[in-house]
Amino acid sequence: MRIAVMTTCLGDAVVPQAVRATVELLERLGHDVVLPPGQTCCGQMHVNTGYLREAVPVVRHSVDVFGPVADGDWDAVVAPSGSCTGCVRHQHAMVARRAGDERLASRAEAVAARTYELSELLVDVLGVTDVGAYYPHRVTYHPTCHSLRMLRVGDKPLQLLRAVRGIELVELPDAEVCCGFGGTFALKNADTSTAMLADKMSAVLATGAEVCSASDSSCLLHIGGGLGRLRTGVRTVHLAEILASTDGSGAAVAAPSRAQSGPAPDVEQEAPL
Amino acid sequence: MSTTDLPTPVLRGAAPAHAPAGTGHLRGTRSFPAEARDALQDTQLRRNLGKATGVIRAKRQAVVDEVPDWEELRLAGSAIKADVMARLPELLEQLEANVVARGGTVHWARDAEEANATVLRLVREAGADEVVKVKSMATQETGLNEALEAGGVAALETDLAELIVQLGHDRPSHILVPAIHRNRAEIREIFLREMPDVDPDLTDEPRRLAMAARAHLRRKFLSAKVAVSGANFAVADSGTLSVVESEGNGRMCLTLPETLITVMGVEKVVPTWFDLEVFLQLLPRSSTGERMNPYTSTWTGVTPGDGPQAFHLVLMDNGRSGVLADPDGRAALHCIRCSACLNVCPVYERAGGHAYGSVYPGPIGAVLSPLLTGISGEDDPNASLPYASSLCGACFDACPVRIDIPNLLVQQRAASVESHRRPTGQDVAMRAARVAMTSPGRFTAAEKAMSLGRVLGGRSGRITALPWPASRWTASRDVPAPPKETAREWFARTRPGQER
Repeated sequence: MRIAVMTTCLGDAVVPQAVRATVELLERLGHDVVLPPGQTCCGQMHVNTGYLREAVPVVRHSVDVFGPVADGDWDAVVAPSGSCTGCVRHQHAMVARRAGDERLASRAEAVAARTYELSELLVDVLGVTDVGAYYPHRVTYHPTCHSLRMLRVGDKPLQLLRAVRGIELVELPDAEVCCGFGGTFALKNADTSTAMLADKMSAVLATGAEVCSASDSSCLLHIGGGLGRLRTGVRTVHLAEILASTDGSGAAVAAPSRAQSGPAPDVEQEAPL
Repeated sequence: MSTTDLPTPVLRGAAPAHAPAGTGHLRGTRSFPAEARDALQDTQLRRNLGKATGVIRAKRQAVVDEVPDWEELRLAGSAIKADVMARLPELLEQLEANVVARGGTVHWARDAEEANATVLRLVREAGADEVVKVKSMATQETGLNEALEAGGVAALETDLAELIVQLGHDRPSHILVPAIHRNRAEIREIFLREMPDVDPDLTDEPRRLAMAARAHLRRKFLSAKVAVSGANFAVADSGTLSVVESEGNGRMCLTLPETLITVMGVEKVVPTWFDLEVFLQLLPRSSTGERMNPYTSTWTGVTPGDGPQAFHLVLMDNGRSGVLADPDGRAALHCIRCSACLNVCPVYERAGGHAYGSVYPGPIGAVLSPLLTGISGEDDPNASLPYASSLCGACFDACPVRIDIPNLLVQQRAASVESHRRPTGQDVAMRAARVAMTSPGRFTAAEKAMSLGRVLGGRSGRITALPWPASRWTASRDVPAPPKETAREWFARTRPGQER
């Protein structure tokens, strides 16, 4: 399949390792990956902060950049983020309609219909749960609110993780409770956000895991920022990075040569975040 | 005002768009973040709230899970409410006609002040100087107790939790469990201090506390001539009012006094008796986590020789017409005050109900309070309420009538932004971000500027302190230094000529 990757603004500028892992994983699975160059941001920050008018041109730009998927130029758009996918799927058309732009709204819906979060793309569209990954670490998984309740991804990320060789997957207590990030919520209500983070960190530490994973870099930035501040020694790693990790044998899936040319994801885990 | 022949507020737009400022308890005086900061420092409060919401959450989930058609019930509840909102004036007129036909009197109140004045006048006409009260959000909303007190009438709350709040000279912090923020040791101290005839050896054993309250209340039930209640439902096609409760104190008030005055928000009407079937399944499971509430009382007008011989219904607008006219906000009127959204909300659980400054706290309160009272500018505490959520969506999943609270919060955030009279720092930042995010060239330039921030990370690659406003993040969280290479730069470098 020909798949366009939505890097997300955060993924491009702050945590590129999740995007790199997404590209390498999809290429390893034999797909043709493009990174539409004009892309910037889905507009979620504007929408969720109440700047619905300011969001209109941002949404229009995003719909223009990913419009080719609606015309059949690509088979799918994928984002390594539940919340950005949620914004595309549930908010783009709402923003356009509220501004009275019905044409933009229906174009946005056509793009949204082929835009997936990573675990949705892998399990529902590509029909794969074992991606041939190898990751010998004790991992706990935070399901993230928008993946759970906006996209209803259910246990798809866990299906993928369970198939990873070498992994020791441990259940996170109160997994479905918000970590307290919430975009500008973390700044506007910093005290409440910190209290929510404290409880999430307690849950993560209770598992004894060395890695906390999720499929939203924003939540990981928050949880990882707190775990780092407390010097807990627990690191946060995006789901894509785990799925992109291999033991180098390329055992389960035929890997195009390019997949090995980038830095190995295991090395990247030592990087900040 | 207060005769049956006045126009329905929702019919002719006679009611003001918003509930009046300065009357009742819908509007706080400080912003949510300021209130929450204080609450978060109260370790006892954090414990009390965390424990209580956790218990209710688990109970609710267990009884919801045993209903095979829960989703269908939610859809039915939502559909009935949408129908009610679509023909509210017609249903209210039908309700009025049926209440009057069965010997009751109906009064229309455009706002809280009119509702309070009507009740005070009726109490005086009944020759009473004290009333017993059934737990009622509507009269909490209007500040009826204070209005009666100013008029020389004492109002006694008979719901156990409301009594604890009243005796403690406190404010309710939860829709269903107003004293959720108190533990039993605190309740014992309140009783010892405030109940004249209480046993001085009272312990904090729940049964002993309940018996003390029972003895205290029983004397009042037997002496009161007037009762004031709210209503959970009003059935238009029969003129029947209904209250559901757990303790039976409400039923005492509804049956013993000579005069009964019911104050209800206009949105509480349902078309037919059969519609109760849906809500009487949804409400108790969602609110108290019970299959059925212990007491369901219904009454229709007056019955000679049985129960109150005078019945007055006060139909109150108090901003609801304005909400009804808002196509985005209208769904907030579907709320049946079950409080399920409070109990699953991670923000409510930590900050508590007082932080919302309104009798309607939690996720639904964060949209309902500003909708009812309006947002008067960027400094209005109401402007901060819609942001008192991480938009995690747990409230929507818990709502028995499927109110899309996260979407309502976003719409109210837009109302908050649009209330700005002068540009705020946030406005400037959002405009700048919009400019960068609509042009690939400018976006890349912004990324380049940001990557200069690598120096802040030093050798550790972690930033631990940033200037305001980002300092609100680094107060408790590190930030990774920006990477050397963006994802798009990496893709262009490693896959030359293959960007598209």
